[in-house]
This record gives sequence, C-alpha cells and structure tokens, in this order.
Amino acid sequence: METGRRTFLKIGGACALGLGALRMADAFGKTEEPKFVLNVQGLTAKRWAMAIDMKKCWEKGPQGCTECILACHTTHNVPDIGTRKEEIKWIWEAKYENVFPGQQSGMEPEAIREKPFMLLCNHCTNAPCVRVCPTQATFKRADGITMMDFHRCIGCRYCMAGCPYGARSFNFRDPRPYIKTELNPTFPTRDRGVVEKCNFCEERLTAGKIPACVEACKCKALSFGDLEDPNSDVRRALASQFSLRRKPELGTEPGVYYII
Amino acid sequence: MKIYDGKYIFIGLIIFVALATFPVWFTHGRAAPAPEPKIDTPVIAKMLNKQCVLPKDEMITEHMKLLNDWRTLVVRDGKRMYVASDGKTYEMSLQNECMKCHSNKSQFCDQCHNYAGLQKDADPYCWNCHIAPKEPENKQQGEWRENGSVPAHHFSLFSGFGKESR
Repeated sequence: METGRRTFLKIGGACALGLGALRMADAFGKTEEPKFVLNVQGLTAKRWAMAIDMKKCWEKGPQGCTECILACHTTHNVPDIGTRKEEIKWIWEAKYENVFPGQQSGMEPEAIREKPFMLLCNHCTNAPCVRVCPTQATFKRADGITMMDFHRCIGCRYCMAGCPYGARSFNFRDPRPYIKTELNPTFPTRDRGVVEKCNFCEERLTAGKIPACVEACKCKALSFGDLEDPNSDVRRALASQFSLRRKPELGTEPGVYYII
Repeated sequence: MKIYDGKYIFIGLIIFVALATFPVWFTHGRAAPAPEPKIDTPVIAKMLNKQCVLPKDEMITEHMKLLNDWRTLVVRDGKRMYVASDGKTYEMSLQNECMKCHSNKSQFCDQCHNYAGLQKDADPYCWNCHIAPKEPENKQQGEWRENGSVPAHHFSLFSGFGKESR
C-alpha cells in the first residue's frame, strides 16, 4: 500500500487524538474520590514546644516523683528491659552535668547539681536525626513535631548516632514481654529492630488532648503549647522566667525549654 | 529390540516418576478447606446496614492497599479520618477502628492469611506491633501456626536474624 506524507500525517493525528480521548474519558468517568480529612477535635499549632519548670518539679513535687514517666510509659507501651544498654527512653531523668554540658559554671548550687532533670526528645527545628535518616522514617511535621514512622524504620541507627541528646532508643529484642505497665490497647507496641522515641503525644494531640506527661504532672511543672502563640502555656511560662535549652551551640533549635 | 540393563532403567524410571509426581498424588483429594472468614462479632451483629468502608468485593482485593495508604496518610500526612462514599466517617486505624468491628482476628484475618500461606510474623506483620483485640475463646484449626511448628520467620533459615528472641 502506498502511503503519501499527507495520509500518514492524517492517521498520526487521528491516533494522537484517540489516545488523548482515552485519558479524558478516564478523568471525567472517575467516580468521586474518597476523602481524607483531619480530625476536627485535634489540637493544632505552628510550633509545638514544651517548657519544663524544674524548680516547680523539685519544690512542689513529692520526693522521687515519677508520675510523668509512668504516664508516658503507660500511654505508649514503653518496655522496661532492665539493662542500661537496651533501655528504651521516651522521658527519663539525668543530672545537670549530663543535661547541660558546656553550660556549667562549675559553681552551681548543690541542689541543681544533684537533683534529677526530666529529659525527652527535643523535637529540634533542625533535627539531625531527620537529616541522617536514609528512609525518611523520621521526619519533621509542619507543626514542629519530629515524628517517627515505625513502619519505615529499617533499624540502621543513624539517627541514634545523629541525635546529640540521646533521645532515641533501639529495640534490640521484641519489647512485648518487657512491657511492665498495663498494656494500652489503643497504641501499638514496637517491633524488634526499630528505633523509637518521644512523639510529643502526637496521637493524643489529634484527639484533642495534651501530652500525657503534661497532664500527669500534679505540680504543673510541664507546660505545653504553641511557641508562636504569645498566649499559650509555654510562652507564658517562658515569658516570666529565664530558661535554657540543651546544647544550643549545635544549632539544632530544641523545642524543649528548661526553667531552673 | 533389546535394552541393555533394562531392568534397572525401568525400576529407576518408576522410582523417578513416583517421586516427581509425589506432591500431586500425595495431596490428591486432601485440599485444604477454603477459608471462611467470619463476621459474626457482637458489633457487626448490632449493625443494621452491614457495610464496611468499601464494598465487600473491593475490600477482599484491596484491603492491603487501603491499609497501606491509610498508614501513610495517618502517620505522614496527619490525616486520620476517612469519609466513605456513603458519607460515614471512620478513623483510619487498624487497631482502633477495623478491629472494633472485626474483633475476631483468628476467625477473620487469619482465615485467609493462613490459607494463602502468609507466615505469621512475616508477611502481614501488622500484629508484631499492633495489638489485636482479646478474643473470648480460641478453639480453631488455624492456630497451628501459633505454636511455632512452622519456621516463624523466613529470615531465620538464612541468617542469624530472629534467633535470639524466638
């Protein structure tokens, strides 16, 4: 069959139209897409942050109070493995010299040097863990929370090396048999081979509740809120007193402030 | 025609054919019973319109994709509510929403997953982390996988993975 240039172009044009029409039909023929929406009761903020008033904790709280730790561990099914190497930490205690190295005068009052500080993930603005994570299992949310997607974690532990605050723990073994608190059936446990850390109670915020540790503290030493809202609890706590952040020289911009 | 060593060759051939077809005749007539996922939970019994988030046929073929999309939306995009085509809103949560109705994991999820040979703790490893609802009684044949008579983890055959805790 002899085909002139003219017929060839005509056929080509018709084919192109036909292919385009298929896509058009697809686009118009589609039924309504399912909708995914945010929880309406959820709390939202531009930058979630926490202020920890250690003075209140030491002075008003009962001796050796660990209500916040207990509340967190019960809420998130955090195991108690029993060894320091395999310890799983979401919120924990440490001494001044380990909390603020490089910020010591060396002449602090005895009370500050010896009393325990509450530590948790700082939810840094420039989080090193997020930068080093090869699978983006750890990522930064728009509201400032440094979030973990346990499904994606491959257990490489780069984030643990990257975090200057020791806020991340690795599950060297199946944590389930070591959960000593009552199991919270609404929150998952973790699997062997993933890293975990504090999530600023992201799952509670979305249900309209403040973090479990803040709620559990009877002496109101912990305040939580939006750092960009001048009327929030954190901003009010920080406005009246001098506060410190951990290792400011690293430029990670922590979201947890300490009032001493 | 004479076949040298025919006796040995034919005996060998018979043994070979018998062995090669072993899987066919050994399991003949013993097909595993087809899975029967049950939906007779108290919550579903109370429902007037027994409708899941998608039509049943779609759920059968698409639930794994749906769950995978849901987890991405929830964990990474913070969107936790799903509006179904009938306007009903669901929380996108396996542990807190799906299992509220399907509170019979061993009679529902496990039925097909075991039939299809998906290994416990390996293939749909949802339940390594997510907590399945407590079931009143556990008398059913699908439980044989639970006692560890089958390699619990496919890694364990090839490497040191999974040895210490199992």
